[in-house]
Amino acid sequence: MVLDSMKQIFECSEWENLPFWEIVLHYDMDLRQVSRQASMAKMLTTWQAIQDAADSYTGTQRSVSGLVGGDGLKMRMYLRRGESICGDLIGEAIAQAISMAESNACMRRIVAAPTAGSCGVVPAVLLALKQQEDYTQHQLLEALYVASGIGAVIAYRAGISGAAGGCQAEIGTASAMAAGALVTLRGGTNEQIGHAVAIALKNLMGLVCDPVAGLVEVPCVKRNVIGAVNAISAADMALAGIESRIPVDEVIDAMGEVGRRMPVEFRETALGGLAATPTGEAVKARMPHGAVPKK
Amino acid sequence: MIDIFDMMGPVMVGPSSSHTAGAARIGSMGRTLLGEDVAEAKIGLHGSFAETGFGHGTDRALLAGLLGMKPDDLRIPNAYQEADRAGMKYSFHTVDLRDAHPNTALLELTGVSGKKMALQASSVGGGAIVVNKIDGISVNFTGEFNTLIVRNQDESGSVAAITSILSQLRVNVANMSVNRHRRGGDALMVIETDQHIKRNQVEFLAQLPGILSLTYYDKEDDEDGSGFDEANL
Repeated sequence: MVLDSMKQIFECSEWENLPFWEIVLHYDMDLRQVSRQASMAKMLTTWQAIQDAADSYTGTQRSVSGLVGGDGLKMRMYLRRGESICGDLIGEAIAQAISMAESNACMRRIVAAPTAGSCGVVPAVLLALKQQEDYTQHQLLEALYVASGIGAVIAYRAGISGAAGGCQAEIGTASAMAAGALVTLRGGTNEQIGHAVAIALKNLMGLVCDPVAGLVEVPCVKRNVIGAVNAISAADMALAGIESRIPVDEVIDAMGEVGRRMPVEFRETALGGLAATPTGEAVKARMPHGAVPKK
Repeated sequence: MIDIFDMMGPVMVGPSSSHTAGAARIGSMGRTLLGEDVAEAKIGLHGSFAETGFGHGTDRALLAGLLGMKPDDLRIPNAYQEADRAGMKYSFHTVDLRDAHPNTALLELTGVSGKKMALQASSVGGGAIVVNKIDGISVNFTGEFNTLIVRNQDESGSVAAITSILSQLRVNVANMSVNRHRRGGDALMVIETDQHIKRNQVEFLAQLPGILSLTYYDKEDDEDGSGFDEANL
């Protein structure tokens, strides 16, 4: 079995009378030749690593360039004051997304989902919804399997690296994975998962990868926030019965095509967009070049 | 085929799967293939590793790997101090390697016994690596399989001797390649296998005629799930 389209997962799910997440579980057992227990134990370890990363955030760390760090804490304090326009759920997702992405930039331990640069999106929405509503660990693992399966389909059809397809391929994919995970937690149908993925991906299509000084810092950290918030709105739309007019697999293919035709300056080369602004160039000039290590 | 744990994973120290996690794996591969603790490492950085490596902690990840750390080791940010504490000498320089992947490192290693090895490897995305050269001889393997690296005299029968014994040991060859500098000199055989090869079996293979040296990279198995009970979730 190959996870080559969302349609195929839906069909397998129907034929075998198994939920989406178990189709992905069986795919993993088959690919890695492992037992159900071994696969689920590894997913549990992954989930625990996500929780550990969130719990150990302090806001005191700074990245190598000094550009990143402390904003997750600012958002957290603002939420505590009860001033957030977004309210508790989205506010929490914003705080978690920034914190996780900052932890990555500051060389702390994270879970790439699907990439290190987009590691805050899926954890942010799961942790935020979990804070509001009670879910068992089993349900959270199911959501992670669904997210992984969505990621695998997008990786197969379009690619998930900023170098290949821009930020839409990294944060866009993470957002689509997160949207599908949220629909799963809320007990949505396979069709609703598909629409949530399609809507999330469509709404970030075209986003360029333009990291200042080539580092996973600016604008990557805050783009994790838009990935998370976009996922929540896409999931809500799908659960409300709103449908994507373009089928999900066609949306994924379109994202891949946009990525392939994206100028190289906007694909992680740090030659365009925010990286090429006067301020971006100044940061780059400040960074040490070449193989000169600094203690 | 895409591994779902590459979509939800790897668990790693940031900030970049290619420039940090992959670099740690390259260092760790160097330590494993050398077969002993590293006394001195001369580290050449090529392409994007040289350009943005410092900002991505590539230097620290390589040192950490050379000290035997995995990509999720929380000591990676302090790798310079760890190297100093372990008494490992190191130096970094920029290299321009022909036809190399942008994220490539050249490790010239000396072990504690004086053993030397040069390893060129690339980080090809998502934390995955490819070893390109060992001691200047082209190779091509990833560390995703158990891997035998055999230096043998370039003469007929050397390859058959190894593979026939592997088949007797019921070890299946997944991929293999043979490369040499020139005819009649040393050749390097790389054999990737599905099954593990036991230590005494590796020692036996090393004693075969025509075999100059043999290194074995044992792939780490994933957790087997024993002790996991779905009903407890």
